[in-house]
Amino acid sequence: MLRINPRTEQKIISYLLYFLTSIAIIVLIFILTVILKNGLPQLSLEFLTKNPADMGREGGILSTILATVFLTFIALLVATPLGVGTAIYLTEYTLEGRVTKIIRFGAECLAGIPSIIFGLFGFILFVNKLNFGWSILSGGLTLAFMILPTIIRTSEEAIKSVPMAYRLVSFSLGSTRWQTVTKVVLPSAIPGIVTGVILSIGRSIGETAAVIFTAGSALRMPTSIFSSSRTMAVHFYILAKEGVSMPKAYGTAAVLVISILAINLLTYYMMGRYIKKKS
Amino acid sequence: MKEVAIQVEHLSHYYGQHRSLKDINLQVYRNEILGIIGPAKSGKSTFLSCLNRLNDLIPGSRVEGRIVIDGQDIYGPRVDVVALRRKLGIVFATPVPLPMSIYENVVYGVRLLGKNNRRELDQIVEESLEKAGLWGEVKDRLHTSALKLSGGQQQRLCIARVLALKPHYILLDEPTSGLDPISTMKIEDSLRALKANYTIILVTNNTKQAARVTDRTAFFLMGELIEINETPIIFTRPRDKRTEDYLEGRFG
Amino acid sequence: MSSNGTNKLEKSDRLIKLSLLMIALSAVSVLAIITIFIFEQGLPIMFRYGLKHFLLGQDWYPSEKSFGLLPMIIGSLMVTFGALIIGVPLGLASAIFLTEFSSRRLAGFLKPVIELLAGIPSVVYGFIGLMFLVPFIRERFGGPGLSVLAASVILGIMILPTVISITIDSIRAVPDSYREGSMALGATKWQTVRMVVLPAARSGIIAGIILGMGRAIGETMAVIMVAGNAADIPGSVLAPVRTLTSNIALEMAYASGEHREALFATGVILFIIIMILNTVANMSSAKQRKKGSGR
Repeated sequence: MLRINPRTEQKIISYLLYFLTSIAIIVLIFILTVILKNGLPQLSLEFLTKNPADMGREGGILSTILATVFLTFIALLVATPLGVGTAIYLTEYTLEGRVTKIIRFGAECLAGIPSIIFGLFGFILFVNKLNFGWSILSGGLTLAFMILPTIIRTSEEAIKSVPMAYRLVSFSLGSTRWQTVTKVVLPSAIPGIVTGVILSIGRSIGETAAVIFTAGSALRMPTSIFSSSRTMAVHFYILAKEGVSMPKAYGTAAVLVISILAINLLTYYMMGRYIKKKS
Repeated sequence: MKEVAIQVEHLSHYYGQHRSLKDINLQVYRNEILGIIGPAKSGKSTFLSCLNRLNDLIPGSRVEGRIVIDGQDIYGPRVDVVALRRKLGIVFATPVPLPMSIYENVVYGVRLLGKNNRRELDQIVEESLEKAGLWGEVKDRLHTSALKLSGGQQQRLCIARVLALKPHYILLDEPTSGLDPISTMKIEDSLRALKANYTIILVTNNTKQAARVTDRTAFFLMGELIEINETPIIFTRPRDKRTEDYLEGRFG
Repeated sequence: MSSNGTNKLEKSDRLIKLSLLMIALSAVSVLAIITIFIFEQGLPIMFRYGLKHFLLGQDWYPSEKSFGLLPMIIGSLMVTFGALIIGVPLGLASAIFLTEFSSRRLAGFLKPVIELLAGIPSVVYGFIGLMFLVPFIRERFGGPGLSVLAASVILGIMILPTVISITIDSIRAVPDSYREGSMALGATKWQTVRMVVLPAARSGIIAGIILGMGRAIGETMAVIMVAGNAADIPGSVLAPVRTLTSNIALEMAYASGEHREALFATGVILFIIIMILNTVANMSSAKQRKKGSGR
């Protein structure tokens, strides 16, 4: 067997690692560049403020933007209280034991379920059994269940990072547990909780498989929570998959990607500030 | 005849299997400053947390025996723990200002009772800070963050926060252990001034401090009360050899 | 603890605790409801036609009551395996490079970039694959381009951020004292990584890979766009392929009756595979946690 000098081996390996890392980064950057390079020229005020016409060949994407916003809003409205409440229960109201184990297990399993399964489930429960039809409501509720584990986990981490001494002081000044939670723990944990919520917004915006079977893909202005609507991601999917219009597809993708990147950057910024404040 | 305010009978405390206090019997008199001295881990802080039931919050904590405060058995069945904690305010070793303004820190406990009248709160803030000897230093920046105060100021803020609740008792758990001599002196001055209206229990690992400010002193060692007596007697003619050894710095 | 007093505040606190417990059970309940609904819709037909029909049947002709899912099961496994072949070496290499070999500043810049890219929607990955990768494969290697290979590459890229960030976290969790000890004995950086750091971080890394695997097997839209979706067992990596997820997504819109039930049966199989993966990942990361705190 060939024996290589450890220092040579070290050199070779570090070049190899450098090379592989570059590939990974370049590929990821490439995707971003292609979307922005082809998509940005499509963007205009008109694109953002006009409804799609002729199946999306003409016009803009206003109705899909609104559908995305409404859907995401409903998802957050449902998932945030459930998620934060769960996190409060796990951290403040109980000791580690069988119940917390079951709850954590449930949340972790939920996090691993593919979105298409959520789509199937939402279709059967909300669209069919509860008779909400293909609608903003069905889609929003399905998304809520999908983002619930993320909100639970980030809130739990945020709440756990609040110093124990704050709780002790609050109790010693004669507060009940709930007063301690609402007046001391939650205010200190808010930045972390918000971070989780923002991450979930990003996920909701980009989701396709779970939404297409629950909110439908009707290309029209959403007028109530019961109207069937096409979100940006679904619109993009249909434009691209069926080859309706590549320029419009790129434009939609650019809006999608820019909004998600903006949201993630905001999260980073907030987390950075949060960490700085804590130290 | 001095009035007994707190009567402790056969008090034992356990953390799980570990017995951290062993059969403590003592009385605290109204309007005295009782010092508790002893080496680290001798059960001094645990004793304080038994008095206002903060130990309830620690999983596995258990109490035996009786503590009667103002005629009420505080481990009895109908005790309002929240009210008890207001009556026995506690100041911890490390000052922990809550992450809010100086003003909001002081009125934190008062607001919990639902009092929100601005004028009333203003008055409470001024009084409490005045008594804690901090008013002059912070009156112009009451609404700035309490985290910006120096360590000594933070600790006096913590005292003011307790005073705002109008407690009958003030428990202090090594309140000056992290402070410089000047801040320590200021806090000791406040304590002497507070004695007129409050009953104070001061846990300290600084025997000289106990000698300077307390009326009586109790010596704890490994969860046991070794002896309790008038401070001058403890410091000049301790009855127990271990007390003498500790005071002369032979251990602890 | 002593007996509790019964005053109003404590009573309301107990009420709050109970409501919070109810809320906290929501995640578990959602999981239970999803399981019940998917199984309720999918299991009856599986028993009616027999498990063998579904798991080993090679023909998927829903209109002729033939529901063989074997091509899709094999398809899912192939693209997932392909994704791992591409994603894991790249992901591990990047994670090792960023934690152990690059400067702090470079790593501080690149890690967020990679995590930002984790947020790119899967449809966008699929689209890029359709526009660039598929024509490339068609011209260079022949075949329709829409293929196992295309799906594997796209999925491999998609799982990169997952694999990289979890691996980075578990490598960072290895105490520095291990590294110092090894370096002090004269090992080079790479020897230290290979013999000390990676073994110590092993269960965390495995958890990351399994999670990436779960993502690959559960991915739908991106795969539909580049895989060709023919319901046959692919003869080569250049042949088109249909996965379990695409099977559901492609036909759900118009399926009814037994056809729809069969799609739910597809969901059941997918669900079971994912649950097994989750449990394994869970156990693996729990092992790492235990090791981390047990010292």
